[in-house]
Amino acid sequence: MITKSTFRKTAADLLMLQQGAYRDAIVLPIIAIATALLIGALIMTATGVDIDTIGRSFSALGYGAFGSINAISETFTAAIPLILAGLGIGLGFRAGLFNIGAEGQIIIGGLLAVIFSFTFSDLPTIVLVTFTLIVGSLAGAAYAGIAGVLRAVTGAHEVILTIMLNLISYRILDYALRQPFIQKDGRSDPISKSVPGNGQLPKLLDWIDPNLRLHVGVFLMLGAVILLWWLIKKSKMGFAIRTNGENSHAALYAGMNPKMVIIGSMAIAGGLAGLAGAVQISGVLERASPGFSAGIGFDAIAVALLGRSHPIGILFAGILFGGLEAGGRQMQIDAGVSIDLISIIQALVVVFIAAPLIIRTITPWAFSKNKRTS
Amino acid sequence: MKMDIELKGITKRFGSVIANDQINLQIKAGEVLGLLGENGAGKSTLMNILSGLYAPDEGKLLIDGIEVNFRGPGDSISAGIGMVHQHFMLVPIFSVAENVVLGVEPVKTADYLDLSKARTLVNKISSEYGLSVPPDAIIEDLPVGIQQKVEIIKVLFREANVIIFDEPTAVLTPSEVEDFFSIVRALKASGKAIVFITHKLHEIKEIADRVTVLRHGRITGEGNPKRLTKEKLAEMMVGRQVSFTVNKIKSKIGHPILKLDNVELYTKDNERVLKNINFSINAGEIVGVAGIQGNGQTELIEVITGLRKNYAGEMFLGELDITKANARQRHIAGMAHIPEDRHKFGMVENFSITENIIINNYYENSISNFITINWKKARSIAELLCEEFDVRTPSVELNGKSLSGGNQQKMVVARELGRKPRIVIAAQPTRGVDVGSIEYIHSRLVQSRDDGNGVLLVSSELDEIISLSDRILVMYDGSIVAEFDNTDAKPKRNQIGLAMAGSTEEIYNDH
Repeated sequence: MITKSTFRKTAADLLMLQQGAYRDAIVLPIIAIATALLIGALIMTATGVDIDTIGRSFSALGYGAFGSINAISETFTAAIPLILAGLGIGLGFRAGLFNIGAEGQIIIGGLLAVIFSFTFSDLPTIVLVTFTLIVGSLAGAAYAGIAGVLRAVTGAHEVILTIMLNLISYRILDYALRQPFIQKDGRSDPISKSVPGNGQLPKLLDWIDPNLRLHVGVFLMLGAVILLWWLIKKSKMGFAIRTNGENSHAALYAGMNPKMVIIGSMAIAGGLAGLAGAVQISGVLERASPGFSAGIGFDAIAVALLGRSHPIGILFAGILFGGLEAGGRQMQIDAGVSIDLISIIQALVVVFIAAPLIIRTITPWAFSKNKRTS
Repeated sequence: MKMDIELKGITKRFGSVIANDQINLQIKAGEVLGLLGENGAGKSTLMNILSGLYAPDEGKLLIDGIEVNFRGPGDSISAGIGMVHQHFMLVPIFSVAENVVLGVEPVKTADYLDLSKARTLVNKISSEYGLSVPPDAIIEDLPVGIQQKVEIIKVLFREANVIIFDEPTAVLTPSEVEDFFSIVRALKASGKAIVFITHKLHEIKEIADRVTVLRHGRITGEGNPKRLTKEKLAEMMVGRQVSFTVNKIKSKIGHPILKLDNVELYTKDNERVLKNINFSINAGEIVGVAGIQGNGQTELIEVITGLRKNYAGEMFLGELDITKANARQRHIAGMAHIPEDRHKFGMVENFSITENIIINNYYENSISNFITINWKKARSIAELLCEEFDVRTPSVELNGKSLSGGNQQKMVVARELGRKPRIVIAAQPTRGVDVGSIEYIHSRLVQSRDDGNGVLLVSSELDEIISLSDRILVMYDGSIVAEFDNTDAKPKRNQIGLAMAGSTEEIYNDH
């Protein structure tokens, strides 16, 4: 029989938690989300929305996120790139790096992926799709690697570097989309040629309804979660990354090479963000246009924070954010509440996670048994 | 103004830990009260209660017989209690006068800082107690001993009648300590009440009029330190008898193991921080490096252990030229390094004991294959080492920060000595460690020497250097300024003390 304590111990082991950190990792995010939703309701009240509409909008949010096969398909479709990019950002946090550059890495990864895809459209599906994803991933890794190398060699701060690389990536995209060999034939606006039919990621649920957008990228995403979990928990490289993130002095004294850790973890993070871009292009968008990244790279930072830089935490946080995205659209349709409210709720969740003291203060009973005993 | 303080039944808990348990203490004007105890005995908690940082859970605080309740440090300061912290609270780029008046600045009109008034005040206090501190000097240009005087002026400026010194001598040279003691005597003579926190027994005997000993949050002894023996004081502090002598047999000196040849190091600003360092450490010998902190010892260790690359000169480990080897290569070649600050360099507090134990050899074939770490293997190695080196913990899966200071340090020692190194670089190996662990770590270092390895011991505790070393080098301003044989004809403390202060004349004994 599984007792509560063995369950907790197993769960804690799987989640790589130290004893006692259980509440912090699981209870805190749940209360943070609930509080954010509550404040969302208060904001709606303050803007003159009546109780009835608030009720309808929250039920639409839940229904639109998880209430139907279509809702679940939309939730996971939105979650895939968030989780992929979030895993990379979380790995960066583990290494002590604050990588703001996922947005730019998604753009560069997606752009290179679409170019590869329509250029080699003669290849058979499996080969074309595989190489499209590899190209996108490598492009993202290389782009993030620029920030990694500059950080490691010159000591320039990665936050500044990645913000600047984001800005540069927007201009690269604008410029590229107007090049004749990229721009869609017969169009004057900046938009790329389309991914050929055999370059698209196969849909998973089109046998139920052809409109269901969920694609095989979901397996890629789950594979990445497991791979990152293994990398962080089991591998030598993961150990070096964690040591560097927890105490870079100790890493240096232990004979580790912090420069390689910085470059390596930035490149992996960029590879995952680039993969997110490529998956988004070949699974959902089928072409690149200005702003195709849609802020996924920034939302992924929130996902990594909410998931506490833990692969399984990021998985759940990504599904939650995907659900808010899908449910928010439903909320707008059913109750006429602006989708901006969802952005506010997402932002509040991040604020509460980043400042856990707020949550501890308003719900002290949830943490009272969690006194440190050392 | 004379002022007495009485603490009655003070109790302070942190969760389930009782930091102070029913403490009764009297602090009297014109008297020096010594507060003796190991790290974690509750001295700092008690003083933080006095300085208004913590509120006690039980008990009363009486000033001149009237009960007071401090709601913050501000209340404590205005009540006339001043604290000189171990780590000075000074702004390095400000002048002495600016630092002294910081927070209570005299102003002319509106918000215009009256620096000349500040200067006058500094001079006045300075001459009153014979402190002789130049008011316009910039803090970062001043030696540590003078910076401490600035801290003293600061509390006097705030009209403190009770002055608490937290481990004041830790950063001072022996002559600066003498200087400091005469200041304390002057303060006492003017009617101030002094609380002197330390773990050094001979200082208590020299300066304190009364002593209170704390252990595990309780008072375990009180009395007149002049009448108590060092052994008795140590027993009160530790709870059992303590031996002050390190048992060691005469060493059998062998071949040189580590050799430094004309090592020099320059900073980025082209300042020479290590000058012409030549020495070797032989098998079966402990070489102690004495010196006041900041005279190049840290840089010397970093150069030896491969953490600094661009130094001039050559270095050999046995026959092996390690001049260009990095930290890991030196480690593989048989060098162990117990870093000077375990929290910063020696361990990762949020890592388990297992992770901390394998932190510098996790990549080896015994623990890892090509890409993954065998955690089961790592755990069993950690368990064995914890057992062998007396690291007391219920589980090796607990965080490093759950261990006491002494056990943390024993964990670092276990990791470094557990692999049977040929040369051990031990920097401040017993700093912030309880007496029991100090004895244990010393015995392991001696054992390493008796096994025919070399040990380089860098410590700012002169007693530690003298009791452990076979040979003593003194560092001053980036150079080795003196060398003493410490086997038969023991050098006198003051000879070493003079060398530490940079006076090289007449004391260089030919070895």
